[in-house]
Amino acid sequence: MMMGYFLRRIFYALPILIGINLLTFALFFMVNSPDDMARMQLGQKHITETAVTEWKIERGYNYPLFYNREAEGVNKFRDTLFFKKSLRLFVFDFGFSDAGRDIKQDISTRMWPSFAIALPSLLFGLIVNITFAMLMVFFRGTYLDLSGVIFCIMLMSISSLFYIMGGQYLFGKVLRLVPISGYDYGLESLKFIILPVMVSVISGLGGGGRWYRTLFIEEMHKDYVKTARAKGLSERRVLFRHVLKNAMLPILTGVVVIIPTLFMGSLVLESFFGIPGLGSYLIDAIYQQDFAIVRAMVFLGSVLYLVGLMLTDVSYVWLDPRVRLA
Amino acid sequence: MNRDWLWSDGCFLGVLLVSAVCMIWSARKPHHRMAFKRLFEKPVAVSAAIFLSFFLMIAVFDSIPAYHAKGSVSQSMQHTTLLDKALAPIGVMGEITYSSPLALTSYVSKTVWVHGVAEQVYPRLRYPAEHFKTQADIHVFCMHVIEKALLDSFLLVFAFSVVVWGGRRILTQEKGQSVVPSMPFFSALVTLFVCISMVLIFYDVSRELHVFGTGKIGQDIFYHAIKSVRTGLVIGLLTTVFMMPLALSFGVMSGYFGGWVDDVVQYVYTTLSSIPGVLLITASVLSIQTYLANHPHLISNLADDADARLLALCFILGLTSWTTLCRLIRAEVLKLREIDYVLAGTALGTSRFKIMTKHLLPNVMHIVLVTMVLDFSFLVLAEAVLAYIGVGVSPMTISWGNMINAARLELSREPVVWWPILAAFSFMFMLVLSSNVFADAVRDAFDPRQDG
Repeated sequence: MMMGYFLRRIFYALPILIGINLLTFALFFMVNSPDDMARMQLGQKHITETAVTEWKIERGYNYPLFYNREAEGVNKFRDTLFFKKSLRLFVFDFGFSDAGRDIKQDISTRMWPSFAIALPSLLFGLIVNITFAMLMVFFRGTYLDLSGVIFCIMLMSISSLFYIMGGQYLFGKVLRLVPISGYDYGLESLKFIILPVMVSVISGLGGGGRWYRTLFIEEMHKDYVKTARAKGLSERRVLFRHVLKNAMLPILTGVVVIIPTLFMGSLVLESFFGIPGLGSYLIDAIYQQDFAIVRAMVFLGSVLYLVGLMLTDVSYVWLDPRVRLA
Repeated sequence: MNRDWLWSDGCFLGVLLVSAVCMIWSARKPHHRMAFKRLFEKPVAVSAAIFLSFFLMIAVFDSIPAYHAKGSVSQSMQHTTLLDKALAPIGVMGEITYSSPLALTSYVSKTVWVHGVAEQVYPRLRYPAEHFKTQADIHVFCMHVIEKALLDSFLLVFAFSVVVWGGRRILTQEKGQSVVPSMPFFSALVTLFVCISMVLIFYDVSRELHVFGTGKIGQDIFYHAIKSVRTGLVIGLLTTVFMMPLALSFGVMSGYFGGWVDDVVQYVYTTLSSIPGVLLITASVLSIQTYLANHPHLISNLADDADARLLALCFILGLTSWTTLCRLIRAEVLKLREIDYVLAGTALGTSRFKIMTKHLLPNVMHIVLVTMVLDFSFLVLAEAVLAYIGVGVSPMTISWGNMINAARLELSREPVVWWPILAAFSFMFMLVLSSNVFADAVRDAFDPRQDG
């Protein structure tokens, strides 16, 4: 039963993936032709036609968009940019970057550092946000709650770049507690991970704390809370036992959707801290105008997001007995 | 063709004009008036609104081109605006390199030969006037300016409050209502006082000194921070304007018609929202950049290029973010179309187009307003991040993102240069904080069902 549901979900995701594929193809090959890309890459003002053609052949861009008149039989469709560069993404064949590197190889080595930063950030962030929100709800209506909300709005109004730079400056440069940037594998990586994780937890605290506070307060208006209070349970017990348990369902399903995308890493954080993850990979690609990598990352990101959505639905069924497979 | 105005100026001022007209027009309806009243009953909302309108004023002054006298050659590459005129000469009065806030001498020492001996000296800056001899002179000058500004703004606000309160008193006495000044009125006065005195202090000090020092190439940081206000507001406002037609038309149509229209719209926005936002923006900006680079005949000069990239960025941000608003509107229309007045309209034979424009559209506008103010602060913050990623506004445009991006290595410099980055972050913080506070109040006032 679960298997059939899963298959159906994959089937639903297919048209969306095709749409994404077409869209990225249009953005990267139809708005600008490979000739334009070549001229942009080669840079000089007076580029010869042969230089452009050579650049295109080297990277396999020397094909028509959708239909190749010169080829024979099936190859009329196979020897096209759409088939070679776009449809191949469906089997995770990302090809080579414009600089000649194997993208698939790069991605499989670089996803782990991203994950090593993103997972602890998510977990610690969740714990800190929920604790903070719970405290605000526990003291709701008092000045403690109000100042908590004001604190959250202030935190939300500060640019995430400020947290990163401030963190690096304070803990890396002034206090010299951790290295400013860099990465290492194995246990050694810990000292490089601490600061990015801390920064991302703090920069998420404002929005997250407020979001969970609203969630808990909505939950407080539900009938079972009245029942629990009527039974004579203390407010603390109502909040930390009943409300927290019931609110866990939307929280967890909300978390599941982002778990696959954790591999994508964070663009800004990784490049500031010099972490060789997928985020900094993408940033480097943008700086070098390496469109092959950007294209692959757009597709990969969308696939991971769709996988996350699927997992969310599955986790709903799994966690909440009221939801049935439909 | 030689134009003195930029496309983004026209769009920005046009948008402000249209929204002002819409606001006045909507205030005729009693339920809208109620919402506005609810909004301005909150002291915090009033303060935030005043702060925002000061930012808005700066941006408006920075969008009106100033015509200089014939024959005078503009020194800067940028178009000159009224704000530039008011702030002149700090826009073009550059130093050699870094100097700290309110400094008299450069931050970087220079080796000079004095009587045949090499000596390290800190050269004096060009801008501070001759009569500043020591740092103590500057201190005295600043104190004097602050005292004067505080006094002036106090008198101004006091006069203003007397006029308003007195006028109200005369009006209300006839009706026999209470005459105690309300909390929002009081908070408005305090905020006005703070804003006016800040403007006066910064303006007066900037006449003689570099308020926030100068940056790497000797540019005045205060000038750059002020000029960035416009970029932030343009991105925050124009993006919403670009996404509104898409979100409104698709949302209303898909909710009202249902069937295959609904299917298609849902497919489109599911597909678009499945691509992680940053990636979609990056991909679009990169292809637009390549397009502009390969079609140089579209753009006549550097200022136009920067302007085109600013507008393109707003357009792309709008295209990539209309899906959320569309979804909200569709859900609301699904509810609305079953409501009696729509059914009555259908029964009376009103055309579908008329039902959509007359009955449905006005009743989802509150969602648009709430989304607009909620998105605003997000967009201002996003600009900085996009600038860092390299897909933001053109490096020619003065923006907080570009300021931060240019100055990010200065924190690791020894001795540390902190003022450019701090100035950019503080201005951004002020704008985003006030818009966040205002957004909350707007949401509470216009969307009373959501209470948090």
